[in-house]
Amino acid sequence: MTASGHGYGTSVPQHLGEVIITAAGIEKWFGSNHVLRGVDLEVRRREAVMVIGRSGSGKTTLLRCINFLEEPTIGFVEIDGLRLDADPLQARSRAHQEQIRQMRLRAGMLFQDFNLFPHMTVLGNCIEAPVRVRGIGRDEAVSLAETYLEKVGLLDKRDEYPSRLSGGQKQRVAIARALSMEPKVLLFDEPTSALDPELIGEVLNVMEDLAHEGTTMIVVTHEMHFARDAADRIVFIEDGVIVEQGPPEQVLDDPRVESTRRFLRRFLDT
Amino acid sequence: MVDHDAVVESIAAAQDRSRFRFRLIFALVWVVLILVVGGGMVLAAETDWDFVLTAGRTIIVLGAPITILVSVLSIFFATILAVLGALGRLSTNPVLNGIASFYVSLIRGTPLLLQIFFIYFALPQLGIVLPAIPAGVTALALNYGAYMTEIFRAGIQAVPRGQREAAQALGMPESLLMRRIVLPQAVRIVIPAIGNEFIAMIKDSALVSIITVHETLFLAQRIGRSQFQPVAALLIAGAVYWVLTIIFSFFQARLEQRLRRSDR
Repeated sequence: MTASGHGYGTSVPQHLGEVIITAAGIEKWFGSNHVLRGVDLEVRRREAVMVIGRSGSGKTTLLRCINFLEEPTIGFVEIDGLRLDADPLQARSRAHQEQIRQMRLRAGMLFQDFNLFPHMTVLGNCIEAPVRVRGIGRDEAVSLAETYLEKVGLLDKRDEYPSRLSGGQKQRVAIARALSMEPKVLLFDEPTSALDPELIGEVLNVMEDLAHEGTTMIVVTHEMHFARDAADRIVFIEDGVIVEQGPPEQVLDDPRVESTRRFLRRFLDT
Repeated sequence: MVDHDAVVESIAAAQDRSRFRFRLIFALVWVVLILVVGGGMVLAAETDWDFVLTAGRTIIVLGAPITILVSVLSIFFATILAVLGALGRLSTNPVLNGIASFYVSLIRGTPLLLQIFFIYFALPQLGIVLPAIPAGVTALALNYGAYMTEIFRAGIQAVPRGQREAAQALGMPESLLMRRIVLPQAVRIVIPAIGNEFIAMIKDSALVSIITVHETLFLAQRIGRSQFQPVAALLIAGAVYWVLTIIFSFFQARLEQRLRRSDR
């Protein structure tokens, strides 16, 4: 583990930009359950970071702490210059909630079960927040949404309701919806875990394209092949701490820590 | 060799026959029961058919529209109260939550008839004088609003948590999230329950006859008394309520079907 929190040792790959996400000293208790025990994570512009680990290791909680869907107990998060300190006692205060909202405008989030709005069409899903939250004009929002629907290959579904889509299509719409807010970074929380096996590929393809185009992203995933292909860096979490991180070849093929080795062995067996 | 088509066809035909038999017997049971019950009542009321025709026409033309008007207005205001009540009951603000839960507790803890009396007879002593229909609508709306508060609260809570999180992640403030994402889905969830409340309301609206609202039951009682046919008049009123609820049940079933078809 490196003190700098980026896991590349002294040589950061050239295509990456400056640090855009900093999560520092993140700890999270659920009651007496200490789920995150001090996590430091830095992500650079254009970097794709894949977070792996057993279920219950805290990887999803870490992602949810980064955009404050869970208020961290201790620590701070900084995204693109906006720093927000954990403040569990004031979590419901108006000022804190407003800061959290500003934070979330910088970070798009994708969920395991998509969470499309069922009472709106695909296009409606994609323009709702741009129009009503960012306050851009409806025409502009529509053309923006169409650009991203095209990108995920679903422009022809723009007038359908989510109930008419397959799981893979739903997740791709969710990606277009997140992109339509033009966030600085994307956070993916096990985006393919709820999908039938034959539908996983279409979602991973979209994500891989995004990664190669230089979208900054943090992905919590169990898809090791995808992680190998698309990640700049893999982060292995166990018991609420980052145990090992580095480029995919290093972490997946030559893990230095025994628990990473054990995890990968078990994972590749099953 | 088995002829599969023939087998499939004969099974389908048998199913059709048994379905038809079910419906036939079902309809017969209804006809027999209506004859028995209705006949018994006609005998009990020593029915004078001229009276039934004239009184029936008066009650349907003058009373039923008032019953419908009072019910529709009351359910409308009750729905508004219920949405506000539910938001209050779910609020983290102790003042709003306190007001909402006090409202629900007070109204559910006292008889509707008493509430109607209170609003019509007691409020004037405080200087608030309401004519009969507004007083009746106020009482019914307040009462049903309290019960429907719990329905809406359950409906809001039945919207999956992920919907709220997705909206939050898109940067929606609480008010927008509630108005655009949670409430529209909650309304769909509670529409069948509101339909039930409306049908109950049609019948409970008879209670405002006590404060001289000229609705179905009020007219029936007055005509019955003046023409010395009280039982027959009550039977007419009962039939009017029954037919009204059957009509609205039909529309309710159609509405639910349509909601199910758009299946979300």
